[in-house]
Amino acid sequence: MTDISAIEKPRSQWSDVWSQFKTHKGAVAALTVFVLLILFVTVGPFIWTADPTYINPDAAQMIRTRNKPPSWDFPLGTDQLGRDMLARMMKGGQVSIAVGLVAMTISILLGTLVGVTAGYFRRLDGPLMRLTDLFLALPLLPLLLVMVMLFRDPLSRTLGPEGGTFLLIVFAIGVTSWMQAARIVRGEVLALKEREFVLAARSIGTPSRRMILRHILPNVVSPIMVSATLGIASAIITESALSFLGLGFPPDFPTWGRLLFDGVDYIQQYPERVIWPGVAISLTVLSVNYIGDGLRDALDPRIRGR
Amino acid sequence: MKLKTALLGAAATLAFAPAAFAERGADGNVNVLYSQAVSIMNAYLSSGTKDVEVGSLVLEPLAGFDQDGNVIPRLVTEIPSVENGGISEDLTTITWKLTPGLLWSDGTPVTAADAVFSYEYCTHPEGGCAQAARYEGIEKVEALDDLTVKITWTGPKPNPFTAFVGATSPILQAAQFANCLGTAAPTCTEQNFRPIGTGPFMVTDFKVNDVVELAANPNYRDPAKPAFATMTVKGGGDAAGAARAVMETGEFDYAWNTQINPELQAQMEAGGQGKFVSAFGTLVERIEMNMTDPSPDLPEGERSTAMHPHPMLSDIRVRKALSMAIDRSLLVEVGYGNAGRPTCNLVPAPAQFASPNTDCIAQDMEGAKALLDEAGWVAGADGMRAKDGVPMKLLYQTSVNPVRQDFQALIKGWWNELGVEVELKSVDGGVFFGGDPGSPDTFQKFYADVEMYANNFDGTDPEPYLAQYLCDKAPSPANGWQGENINRYCDPAYDALVAELASTREPEKRSEIAIRLNEMLTKDSYVIVPLVDRGRLSAHSNTLGGVVLNTWDSELWNASDWFRIK
Repeated sequence: MTDISAIEKPRSQWSDVWSQFKTHKGAVAALTVFVLLILFVTVGPFIWTADPTYINPDAAQMIRTRNKPPSWDFPLGTDQLGRDMLARMMKGGQVSIAVGLVAMTISILLGTLVGVTAGYFRRLDGPLMRLTDLFLALPLLPLLLVMVMLFRDPLSRTLGPEGGTFLLIVFAIGVTSWMQAARIVRGEVLALKEREFVLAARSIGTPSRRMILRHILPNVVSPIMVSATLGIASAIITESALSFLGLGFPPDFPTWGRLLFDGVDYIQQYPERVIWPGVAISLTVLSVNYIGDGLRDALDPRIRGR
Repeated sequence: MKLKTALLGAAATLAFAPAAFAERGADGNVNVLYSQAVSIMNAYLSSGTKDVEVGSLVLEPLAGFDQDGNVIPRLVTEIPSVENGGISEDLTTITWKLTPGLLWSDGTPVTAADAVFSYEYCTHPEGGCAQAARYEGIEKVEALDDLTVKITWTGPKPNPFTAFVGATSPILQAAQFANCLGTAAPTCTEQNFRPIGTGPFMVTDFKVNDVVELAANPNYRDPAKPAFATMTVKGGGDAAGAARAVMETGEFDYAWNTQINPELQAQMEAGGQGKFVSAFGTLVERIEMNMTDPSPDLPEGERSTAMHPHPMLSDIRVRKALSMAIDRSLLVEVGYGNAGRPTCNLVPAPAQFASPNTDCIAQDMEGAKALLDEAGWVAGADGMRAKDGVPMKLLYQTSVNPVRQDFQALIKGWWNELGVEVELKSVDGGVFFGGDPGSPDTFQKFYADVEMYANNFDGTDPEPYLAQYLCDKAPSPANGWQGENINRYCDPAYDALVAELASTREPEKRSEIAIRLNEMLTKDSYVIVPLVDRGRLSAHSNTLGGVVLNTWDSELWNASDWFRIK
């Protein structure tokens, strides 16, 4: 009698990746932190229901609740107008994380597309890389300012001031930050193209589309992951810079970047005002970086299983 | 009369004995910090306050203003008036008499020719003089003799204290600047950086946008002044850093324009090293109501022009309700502390031109709601008001500035309570005040329903300031969006009264008309909703004596009287 249970279940690639990922302690911790942060900003507002823009209409009450240190009523304290910092942190996080993730996705998609095409098709290499150089040479902030100036009004009329600004900022950051990723990906693709397995695949007549999707892309995932993680960080920071210049979200719309800028004036008296958003931004960036690090190790077949 | 003056003089001498009998240069060095660095000493080539003020230590006008806005003599024996014959009966000429024996810091005598030269220097057709407005309406300036300067105006001039009065129109030494007229003016580096002056100090070293080293002028007209032998004016940093350098580290004796939040002010003052001094001029933070429709649905060129009146704000009841809902005292408390006070006036000073109106100070939310109901804007189920299906929604814009953003949030809160939906917008200050006709975000274009900023007027006479609100001064595509009538306010009665003011000479009548004009814009029409009368806030160390803050002239106007408290 053969013991069926002795035969191991076939292992899928993704379970391999996961078991490799689990061995990276930093990455697991980072994933936990990131999931907690996401829960904080998405589920949090349902538990802590204070309004992030509520200012007490009674002047005497408002004066009394200004600049409060953390307490049971206000777990993270209040700001200079008596608004609840915890609620503002949650609301701000929703926007900042969403901007970071979406802008990163756009820039990675664009960067990978340009990088792979340029690396794989020799005829397109020249024009695409010159386009990349062109974008790299453009001064980004002025370009963003022009884009915001031109498109903010029409967009906010159709999608509302917040929706329109979100789309605009995400798109603006996305289309101005794909160049690094494109260059790195192109380099990797150029090297991969000369490898024996690609030659073998080509010799049996694999079409370009399948070649890219099956053989090239999985092998360039690690550099893409790394630049993606860095992209989230810079997207959050660019958004705060735009908000600071008055070209981002409306001024009463909290984002982590804006909370940080608002807090700078009070850094000496109420350092927690800059610490909360500062810590939140750092944690997000750091955890995404670690997740990227773990993913890269896990996705690389040469490291996996060792 | 004589006896009384003599007695007063004696009393003053006794009161100021320690300072007055001090020897020139006995108190060593004084350190002054300007958070904007000085780039030139010649006020005629810079509109920057910092340049004008530091320049005023060296270059002086014939007369200046004291802390109450009164004209005081500097290089002249007395202030001309109709009574003493200095001003002609028809108000077309003014004659200044220079104090005999005045010397420049290089030892040569000051003459009337220097004043005539200064006039020619600033009004040279090829030169870009930043202070040309001080010399507007002058037909000719002549030197009757070595000590007499006569200015002839093109018409009657009720306020002749513009030319050669105040730090923005100083007297240059003709001998030094002779080759610097017209297009050569900016190229005269040596002259512009180290002018020879009559002021209490003279430049010994000048580093552009960094530091100015000065020493006491050996030929200053008062032999006992200044008490300090040298002065260092350092530039750079920001308001908070400047305040800290005086109030906490004690590196500097005086810091200019230390506008920081009230709590930080209190905290720094508690340290006991120095004091904040504030003085109130004419700077008023206000909300301007757009009388024309800024709707983006209108074609470009018709937006925010007189062709389309505003659908909500052209009703005075709406404007008044919006004003009544604001608690100005709270705004002051949050934003300015000691450096601000609530006001209902566009012209809060000088005293003779300020309206006694204080109706707006108390917040009246219920009254405001009743007024909106009366105007037909009725609250719906969600508490937001609408009329004929049109929701009451305002776009409220201002420049990027932490205090203004706090004000926006607070005022939005009150207006929401009133049932008005508010969308906030903040524009970078460089763009907002930049005046570029191509940008949709300038305060002149006013593509918003209400906007907030601060403005003031130069000198002590509000006539030109009030004349900004004439019908034909509204910005529009026709004049390239230039014009000071930001609200597009237009009232023929107002225009007529401004014309009357221009032709009125008696001081009492003038102040009466000016007060009336101010009220027409504020409490009669609520087109301009003043919020806060903003003072100037500077800091000085406890060891520096004699500081009197002045908002009508250079802040360093009495630096010759400063002394070290020992």
